[in-house]
Amino acid sequence: MYPGEFDYHRAESVEHALELLADLDDAELLSGGHSLLPTMKTGLADPDAVVDIGHIDAMTGIDHSGDTTTIGANTTYAEIADDDTLWDSVTVLAEAAGEIGDVQVRNAGTIGGNIAHADPASDLPAAALAADATLVAHGPDGEREIDVDDYFIAMYMTDLAEDELLTRVEVPHQGPEVGSAYVKKPSPSSGYALIGVAATLYTDGGTVASARVAANGAMDHGVRLTAVEDALEGMSVDDVGDAGEHAGDSLDTSMFMDDIQASAEFRAQLLEAYTERALERAADRVGVAATV
Amino acid sequence: MSIETEDPSEIDPAEILGSAIERREDPALITGDAEYTDDIQIPRMTHMAVKRSQHAHARIEDVDTSEAEAMDGVVDVFTAEDIDVPGSLPVGWLLETLEQVDHPILAGEKVRYQGDGVAIVVAEDRYTAQDALDAIDVEYERLDAVTDPSDALNGGPEIHDDAADNVAFEWEIGNADETEEAFEEAAHTVDLEVENQLLIPNAMEPRAAVADYNPSDNQIDLAMTTQNPHVHRLLMAGVIDHPENKLSIRAPDVGGGFGSKIHHYADEALTAWAAKQVERPVKWVATRSETYQTDALGRGHETHGQVAMDEDGNITGLKVDTKANLGAYLSTFAPSIPTYLYGTLLSGQYEIPAIHCEVTGAFTNVPPVDAYRGAGRPEASYIVERLVKHAAEHMDMDPAEFRRQNFVPGDAFPYETPVAMVYDSGDYEKTLDRALEMLDYEEFRERQEAAREEGRYLGVGFSAYIEACGIAPSELVGQLGAQAGLWESSLVRFQPSGTVTAYLGTSGHGQGHDTTYSQILASELGLDIEDIDIVEGDTDEIPQGMGTYGSRSAAVGGSALVQSARKVVEKAKKIAAHQLEASEDDIEFEDGEFRVAGAPDRSMHIQDVAGAAYLAHDMPDDVEPGLEASSFYDPENFVFPFGMHAAIVEVDPDTGEIDFETYVAVDDVGNQINPKIVEGQIHGGVAQGVGQALYEGAEYDENGQLLTGSMQDYTVPKAMHVPEMETDSTVTESPHNPLGVKGVGEAGTIAAPQAIVNAVVDALEPFGVENIEMPLKEERVWRAIHENGGDA
Repeated sequence: MYPGEFDYHRAESVEHALELLADLDDAELLSGGHSLLPTMKTGLADPDAVVDIGHIDAMTGIDHSGDTTTIGANTTYAEIADDDTLWDSVTVLAEAAGEIGDVQVRNAGTIGGNIAHADPASDLPAAALAADATLVAHGPDGEREIDVDDYFIAMYMTDLAEDELLTRVEVPHQGPEVGSAYVKKPSPSSGYALIGVAATLYTDGGTVASARVAANGAMDHGVRLTAVEDALEGMSVDDVGDAGEHAGDSLDTSMFMDDIQASAEFRAQLLEAYTERALERAADRVGVAATV
Repeated sequence: MSIETEDPSEIDPAEILGSAIERREDPALITGDAEYTDDIQIPRMTHMAVKRSQHAHARIEDVDTSEAEAMDGVVDVFTAEDIDVPGSLPVGWLLETLEQVDHPILAGEKVRYQGDGVAIVVAEDRYTAQDALDAIDVEYERLDAVTDPSDALNGGPEIHDDAADNVAFEWEIGNADETEEAFEEAAHTVDLEVENQLLIPNAMEPRAAVADYNPSDNQIDLAMTTQNPHVHRLLMAGVIDHPENKLSIRAPDVGGGFGSKIHHYADEALTAWAAKQVERPVKWVATRSETYQTDALGRGHETHGQVAMDEDGNITGLKVDTKANLGAYLSTFAPSIPTYLYGTLLSGQYEIPAIHCEVTGAFTNVPPVDAYRGAGRPEASYIVERLVKHAAEHMDMDPAEFRRQNFVPGDAFPYETPVAMVYDSGDYEKTLDRALEMLDYEEFRERQEAAREEGRYLGVGFSAYIEACGIAPSELVGQLGAQAGLWESSLVRFQPSGTVTAYLGTSGHGQGHDTTYSQILASELGLDIEDIDIVEGDTDEIPQGMGTYGSRSAAVGGSALVQSARKVVEKAKKIAAHQLEASEDDIEFEDGEFRVAGAPDRSMHIQDVAGAAYLAHDMPDDVEPGLEASSFYDPENFVFPFGMHAAIVEVDPDTGEIDFETYVAVDDVGNQINPKIVEGQIHGGVAQGVGQALYEGAEYDENGQLLTGSMQDYTVPKAMHVPEMETDSTVTESPHNPLGVKGVGEAGTIAAPQAIVNAVVDALEPFGVENIEMPLKEERVWRAIHENGGDA
């Protein structure tokens, strides 16, 4: 409830933030504050310095151009969940953002903070995987793009280097024969995902051509459910729910999260049920623009 | 059918009692004008923080405070060695076999739960105080810990030297022989083992205290989060060895308690004691983490219940054996909760010829367990209603009709149970019938049947609850072990201009007493409520009081208020008769006006009488000036609200998820002073009951470490978790108090859990599920379904 003492620095630009990161020992980045501050208040994190990147305008806002949407890392969940174009073009991401926490959390927490923090029970990792996102990071050597499939490594661990800053997220638009969805079983206490499943179905004439399906809450980081994706290929959109039974097939179920909220065994059960629900909802949306 | 609120200015005083007027206290509470303890700022104020044990059970080898003392901004650091006063927290309810153990305000030799205090820091600001805690070095020798009452009693590590086998007490009620006989002669018996899990109260405002000490007159002014300032003053005077008349305790606005602010904890006493040591004001405010670690827990029972029946399904006997978790020490009223507030309610709404209940209280390494909304009565109602559901199923009888058949009949009141209670009044079939109607019960059973064919699992659960409120009279509770009387006091005082202030010894903390007491007084005195002010929660202003808990404020405090108001009217009548030059016998009092019988134009309003009483220029002989009266009201008996709550749920067998279709609450709380406040109490109570049924539970690991130590891990139900409720009520007056009221503060919490659990068990009957322990987390439900193969 009482964080330790720390120095506060406000970064005015991406370059300034990178300089501060290079100069300060034991510094943490602060954007919306919904991952860092709770850990500081409970004593789990005790950084000497906090670099506030929440006021860097260049990292804020949603831009739709061509067949890609670019979302600045400082964009709040609420802004994403309220964006009608995003609901039409990258439904799974808008839906996942709307499922995070409550109104107050969504008004403050940011997509960049979420994806950089990489909490395994957060909602955006699976959504980013299913949306085939590209993550753009700035470091001392300039900008680089990271494919989302190479990004999540382990609990709170990503491909981002210590001296790098996640500045924006790019997501390709769904075509007309694509449907996507995010469904979750929230922990009743924290609201984090006990299980969350994100699915994008790419179809062709009523048949699934390919799919990107991913889960939060099951493993120590957001993961693709490749066995489900394989099973979906060639399946009629009317039957996609059946692929849910393969939810655990490509995962090492002995490594499932296991805590007082839910055992690994029950998470595996939830994963199947919620994969089925996500697939059915995504299928319902093929060819139909989703609405908020 | 939510009740619409009314504007009091549009209601005639004669109609004000029973009107759903808006709560007078709400504008301050919702605009931030309210003053909570942490809002208090005093010049030169210091801040206290408590160094707490991270171990649940350990011997203290050494406490080194030198580094903390040397820190900038630290005023002083104290440990058990510095405590120069008795410093042991008292127990307010004794039982014959009770093992009283020392409960020091700072642990010196041993810590017995995670959160037990070992030192305090007084510093210039809160951050320094917290940082200084980290600089205190405590060396412990860790000991094995135990958190489960049965494990504690069966060879668990010894927690107190004086309590062999961790037994705090052994207690029984009812007739063992008759009950044994009933079971021998029974045509059918059923039994069930259930747990009633430990709950963390979670009042919105954490506990807090601000003490100011004036050495020149030895006066301590203490503002604190309390449900009973006078009780705290009496107890604390002993704990810190300070004269009771030099210790003032005030409850500013208090943000909820649910029982957790009744008890005398160490921290508030330490705040007062520390202020005396440093001769500066001291503030202590619990962090939410401390609230989780140190607020007295509720419930914590492991129970084996058995029911005996004849061949027609009439209950002939009930046997209950309970192991009650009391935690590490005896909290203030802990011994009464799993005994006299539990065993005495085991007859429920039923005519049961023979009952016997045994309770063993166990010391464990969890925080002390004491009263939490319902306090003993939810545990009783839970085992009774779970057993009744089980028994009806065993008899292949409809659970509603099984209950009806066994109800205490409407003409049997007052009804004496085999467990020492005399129910005042009741009409149980009325609430059952109304609930069945609201559920559309017969239609539901058809839908349930049809749904099962489709692989959907619906269930209905009933809870025919009874509670006992307004624990009294004092003589009786004294015989049962209470170390206090359970009367209530009030003072009603007219000012010369005709306004009135009423002082009550109850101490509201969210209940709406300003509104309901004003309604009572407006009705008694015939005044506009704008002319009435209610004062509670201050030992300097209110002569005496016992506080607010046990749904007692309306029945006992309200009655004390009526008694004082009537004394005032009596005196005013003498003065009015004198002023109107009429005989007192000819004076009638109605709507605030004293009239001479037969001469309606000769009248005088009570507010004018007040003026005359203080002017005192023309008073009758033998009547003192002034217009005020006080009284101590000691009720004749408890009051017994009752009702029927019922839930319809659907359970998803793949995930164990529970969806509410309906929640119906039909309550009979006697006369209602304000139906909107009654409705709010039911809603809030049910929400807490839903919390216990589905979500809440304090969990500790094998070392006694709290695993559910924050809102992230302990589920306090949110709005989305609480079902839509349909509420209705019947009115059966209590004959035991002048208002005919019963009590409603705890009804919903008592009623809800078993309605929900019974509904889930009913839904899962095709899977052979007989019991699932609370909280019914999805995983538990799913496991119960799949335990027997998962086939319907």
